[in-house]
Amino acid sequence: MDTKNTLSRRLLVRVAPWVLPASLLVLWELIVATGLVSSHLLPAPTTVLEAGLHLALSGELWEHMVVSTGRAATGFAIGAGAGLLLGLLTGLSRWHELFLDSSMQMIRNIPHLALIPLVILWFGIDESAKIFLVALGTIFPVYINTYHGIKNVDGNLIEMARNYGLSGWALFRHAILPGALPSILVGIRFSLGLMWLTLIVAETISATAGIGYMAMNAREFLQTDIVIFAILTYALLGKLADLSARRLEYHWLKWHPAFQPL
Amino acid sequence: MINNSLTGLGLHLEGLQKHFGSRPILRDFDLAIPAGQFVAIVGRSGCGKSTLLRLLSGLDPAFDGRIKTDGEQTLATVKNQVRLMFQDARLLPWKSVLENVCLGLPQSQRKHALEALAAVGLEDRAHDWPARLSGGQRQRIALARALVHRPRLLLLDEPLGALDALTRIEMQQLIETLWQQHGFTVILVTHDISEAVAVADRVILMEDGGIGLDLPIGQARPRVRHNAALAALENLILDRVLRPEPAHRKGKLSNPEHQAPESLAYPLPGHMPTTLLSTT
Repeated sequence: MDTKNTLSRRLLVRVAPWVLPASLLVLWELIVATGLVSSHLLPAPTTVLEAGLHLALSGELWEHMVVSTGRAATGFAIGAGAGLLLGLLTGLSRWHELFLDSSMQMIRNIPHLALIPLVILWFGIDESAKIFLVALGTIFPVYINTYHGIKNVDGNLIEMARNYGLSGWALFRHAILPGALPSILVGIRFSLGLMWLTLIVAETISATAGIGYMAMNAREFLQTDIVIFAILTYALLGKLADLSARRLEYHWLKWHPAFQPL
Repeated sequence: MINNSLTGLGLHLEGLQKHFGSRPILRDFDLAIPAGQFVAIVGRSGCGKSTLLRLLSGLDPAFDGRIKTDGEQTLATVKNQVRLMFQDARLLPWKSVLENVCLGLPQSQRKHALEALAAVGLEDRAHDWPARLSGGQRQRIALARALVHRPRLLLLDEPLGALDALTRIEMQQLIETLWQQHGFTVILVTHDISEAVAVADRVILMEDGGIGLDLPIGQARPRVRHNAALAALENLILDRVLRPEPAHRKGKLSNPEHQAPESLAYPLPGHMPTTLLSTT
C-alpha cells in the first residue's frame, strides 16, 4: 500500500464515527430554525452551546461536574472493586462459589433503582445515598464477568502451567488473570455505563449539587437549553469513561487478535 | 545451543494399574526403559498410551503400582527433570514467544531461553505474539520451552499429530537431532507408526492397557526414511494392530501390494495412510 492510500484510509477511520452525530446536529438545527418545533421545547444546538458556554465561564458547570464525577468515581471504585474481589473468590474457589454465587445471582435480579425509596430512608439525601446506589449498580457486571472470565480460562493452559511448576500466585498472575482479563474488561465497560445511569437518577431525585441537580434546577425555571446541555454533558462523560475503558483494553489486550489496531 | 551433556533418566514401571470408574485403562503394566533411550509408544485410541504418559508426567497422581528411576527415586523427586509436550502447543497467548519459553524458569536461567529458541531455529520470533505463528512454529516454541529446563526425560504426547506431513518430518528430525545432542530419554506417544519406526530405538505397541509388542528398531542413524527394513517393521506392527479387526479391513491394509513404503507419509489415492490408525 502506498502512503497516500494509507493516509486517506487513516483519515477515514478517524472521521467515520463522527459522521452520524454531526448530521444529526445539522438536522436538529434545521428543524428548530424552520420553526417545525417550538424553541421553548427544543432549543437549537447553538442555543444549547451558548447556555453551556455561559455555565462554563461562570464556573458553575465545573463545580457541578466535579461533584458528579467524584460521586461516580467513588461509587464505581467501591462497586467494581467489590465485584472484582467477589468474582475472583467465586471463580477461583469452589467453596466460595457454593457459598456466595447463588446469593449474588439473587440480589443481581433486584433492579437497584427500585431501592431508591429505601436508600432515602436509610441515608437521607446524603452523599452516601448516591454513592451507595452507584456502587450497587456497578458491582454486578464486574462480578459476573470476572467470575465467568475465570471459569472460561482454557483448562489446558492451566494444566500446562502447573506442569511447568507454576502454582499459587504465579499461576494466577501468569495464567489465570490474563486469560480472564478480556471478560473482566467487558464487565468494567458495562459498569461504567451503569455508573452514569445510576448517578443521573440519584441526582435528579435528591441533590444540592451535581449535573443532575443542575438539570432539575433548570427545569424549575423552564431553562430547556440548560436541561439539554446537562443531558449532553452526561453523554460526554459517559463517552469519556467508555473511551478510557477501551484504552485499557488496547493496552492490556495487545496480544489479542481482536484488539489489533485498524 | 543448550550445552551441558545431560544424562537421560532411566525408568522402571512396575505393576501400574489405572481405572477410570470400573473401566481398567492400565492392567498390571511393567516396563523398563534404559537411560537415554528413544521409545515410541503406539496403539489404538483408548489403549492407555496417553494415560501412561499422564502418569509419568505427574499430571495424574492417582494410580496403583510403582514408577522408579534408575537411582531408586520416586517420580515426585525428579519432577523438575521431566518435561511434557502436549498434542497442542499450549502457548500462553498473552505472553511473547520469549516469555513463553521462560515460563517457570528461575531468574538465573532466563538467559538460556534465547539459546533454546535458537536451537529450534526461531530466535528471530522471540518478541512476537504466539497468535502470529504457524502451527509448526508453535510446536517448535513448545519444544524450546520444554528443552530450556534441560529435562532428563522428555515426554511427547502426539505433539506432531496436527501438523502437515512436511512440517512433521522436519520436527521429527529436529527432535531426533536434539535428542542426540543432549542424551535425554524420550517417550513419544504417537498413532503414526511410520513416525515411530523412523525415529525411535524401540517401539512398544500397547493393547488393552498392556504391552502387545515390544520391538527394538536396530537401524543405524541417520536413517533413510522408508527403506525396506523400516517398512517391514512397520508392516509387522500394523499387522499386529489390525489383527482383531474385521477380515475385509485387515486384508486391505496388511497386503504388501497396498503398502508401498512411499505411501506411508504421503497418502495417495488407493493407499490407506497409516496415520489414520487411531481414528478408525
